[in-house]
Amino acid sequence: MAKYLLLKHYRGGPKQHANAQAPMEEWTPEEITAHIDFMRKVADDLSERGEFVDGQALAPDGEFVRYDGEGRPPVTDGPFAETKDLIAGWMIIDVESKERAYEAAAYLSSAPGKDGLPLHEWLEVRPFLVEPPVVE
Amino acid sequence: MIDAHLLRDLTPQVLGVLVRRGADFAAAEDAVQDALVEAVRRWDGEAPEDPKAWLVTVAWRRFLDARRAASARALREVAVRREPPGGPTEQADDTLLLLSRCCHPALSPASAVALTLRAVGGLTTAQIARAFLVPESTMAQRISRAKRTVAGERFERPGGVGAVLRVLYLMFDQGFIATPEPGDADLAAEAIRLTRQLLASVPGDPEAAGLLALMLLHHARRAARLDAAGDLVPLTHQDRSRWDTAMIAEGVDLLQAALALDRLGEYQVQAAIAALHDDAESAAATDWPQILEWYDELAGLAPDNPVVALNRAVAVGHVDGPLAGLRLVESLDPALPRREAVAAFLHERAGNREEAARRYAAAASAASSAAERAHLLKQAARLNGA
Repeated sequence: MAKYLLLKHYRGGPKQHANAQAPMEEWTPEEITAHIDFMRKVADDLSERGEFVDGQALAPDGEFVRYDGEGRPPVTDGPFAETKDLIAGWMIIDVESKERAYEAAAYLSSAPGKDGLPLHEWLEVRPFLVEPPVVE
Repeated sequence: MIDAHLLRDLTPQVLGVLVRRGADFAAAEDAVQDALVEAVRRWDGEAPEDPKAWLVTVAWRRFLDARRAASARALREVAVRREPPGGPTEQADDTLLLLSRCCHPALSPASAVALTLRAVGGLTTAQIARAFLVPESTMAQRISRAKRTVAGERFERPGGVGAVLRVLYLMFDQGFIATPEPGDADLAAEAIRLTRQLLASVPGDPEAAGLLALMLLHHARRAARLDAAGDLVPLTHQDRSRWDTAMIAEGVDLLQAALALDRLGEYQVQAAIAALHDDAESAAATDWPQILEWYDELAGLAPDNPVVALNRAVAVGHVDGPLAGLRLVESLDPALPRREAVAAFLHERAGNREEAARRYAAAASAASSAAERAHLLKQAARLNGA
């Protein structure tokens, strides 16, 4: 088994499918509910398969923070409305193969959006580094 | 105080009896768990004279009760079931039966490992979940799916030993825990314990003995595999005085007895290679020509295994020189894990420092573990800085 991080972006990555162009505030409330229900169902299904590890959504407004020397408060910068890449949330899964990770990501990406059409949203799939094997 | 080890050793035996009597696997497991709870409550400090018989009796009764309740619900009538004959418990060893059920080829390797740890190892779902860093609910689902997968057929005859050995090998190989916390599952130690149990039920199987030897010969180095900071120490740099010599001796004895049966297999060969490393006083004293002979055997047994070919190239590099090793490495699939690391090592031995540094850096970005990545980056940095 190997763990994979499925990253959902507010912005960044390849150009989104036509179905994913409309911002969420232009959907109907029912469409938003259907979308959220679907995401929950994906987590439930993955859990039932023994593959779900964690999932979280992130608020879009974050700032960059860094060390500014001993005794000085951290420096902050942002938020950047124009940042190229913005993470919206993640899901971590533990699966048999890379193929299975892609299949799960594709399932997640089929979430319904405006007019109930699948979003075809791009998800970034990143493998975790693992522990080294015992047998050298 | 009830002996927890006794209970854990008896659990698979009791489960095996129920399964052999025809209980379906999941129901049998529930019944055994109930019986264990009952034992903790009733034994009150002292186990009965024949604790296994006691557990079998209670578990079987629980199983029948549950089945009656289930069929009563389904059919609205009480099913009458034939009780098994009384008398002493079956003496037959059910370990292999149970293990081959848990390692059924229909299961994915990871599911088989989890189910084996639960049903034969007697670990809790929470312990197994922690070992694999997944939520307990996810592990519970993974195990119950595995049970459903193997629940299909009645299971009276054990399957092949080979599938069981493979699962136990994987369990051991994933058992990398620097210092298990109390209450944590120590997968490597658990794999060794289960392989011992298996070998006791198939004493003449040279590959079961070979696998146990292989595990012991690697496990013996555990204390030296990490430095004080918790970083991985490669074999060549390990403090060999920290190796467990008693464990090595046991592994070597097992291996020699297995080899004497003259039915060579991959685990025996891998154990022989591990034994030669364990036998060397220092990395420089390693008997590479003999290791290469064993790799030739292994390549004959597993001709299509690229990992074997890569490891053999390392041995060739030591025996016939780094350029001979490199020729073999460069003929392997570029996507093969650790190929770049081996190429880097051989280039350094051949005196190509720049190329070695470049290949170490490439190997680091392809490494699948953080420990390996750090080690390879340090090698690249060492060469770049000199």
